[in-house]
Amino acid sequence: MLILSCPCCGVSAEETEFTPGGEAHLKREGPGSEDAAFRDYLFQRKNPKGVHFERWRHAFGCGKWFHAARCTVTLEVFCTYTAQTANVPKEVIDTIKLRRPEWELNQ
Amino acid sequence: MSETVQVARLNSRGMITLKGDLADQDFQDVAVKITGLSFPSQREIRLSGEMGLAWMAADEVLLMLPVEDVSAAIETADEMLRRAPAVVANVTDARVLFSLKGKRSREVLAKLAPVDLSREAFQPGQIRRTRLAQVAAAFWMPQEAQFEIMCFRSVADYVTELLEMSAAPGTVPEYF
Ligand SMILES: [Zn+2]
Repeated sequence: MLILSCPCCGVSAEETEFTPGGEAHLKREGPGSEDAAFRDYLFQRKNPKGVHFERWRHAFGCGKWFHAARCTVTLEVFCTYTAQTANVPKEVIDTIKLRRPEWELNQ
Repeated sequence: MSETVQVARLNSRGMITLKGDLADQDFQDVAVKITGLSFPSQREIRLSGEMGLAWMAADEVLLMLPVEDVSAAIETADEMLRRAPAVVANVTDARVLFSLKGKRSREVLAKLAPVDLSREAFQPGQIRRTRLAQVAAAFWMPQEAQFEIMCFRSVADYVTELLEMSAAPGTVPEYF
């Protein structure tokens, strides 16, 4: 069971109040892209053992989308942050590194 | 033995959803003018008689007022919000209200919602949007030992049965 804090309304709640939205920070491959890139955009998802960036929606609460960084092994939630960002913010990376010093983004 | 908790379906209350920029002065003025209540901060609700003003999300508030006043209030809101993009929607018929009354109301609700309902965590003046078992709902406390619960009309029967089951005599623990 995860406890997530919604950055949009400030509520901390267990995961049944939210719905998962899959991997975060996907880059859209649209018309004109290579077939392989389009395929990967549609179907290829990271499945790391460790730090993972995800989209979540506060479905039963304020209804907003946000991002979460968590560990798929321990289920530790490092932090949640705004969905209005294409890349992982520096503060988020710093927060994760406090807990996982050996971890690198895009390792 | 603990006293029983009373479950009741309340009469319709007029409801208007206002969506827009909550920091905008015109937006706040509309909500304040229609309800006569002060503008709520995050996850707060203001109540006075049939009037209510609730923070629903970072871009949404809910106005509650007598049903017969809704049409005039929507005209007022449309008029006052011409300058900025905003949504003014009459949601009176979309929702129903229930009340819980009794010393163990917190326990009755805590059985259904994944929310900390201790006195320290939840008090009159707050509103919480969450789920009751399988459906979306919101609740607040007009005063201690009393809740008002809002859900979609389409699940009103389900919520009626949920609340009655949760409040059934002999099933309510003395927890909080
Ligand atoms: Zn939220």
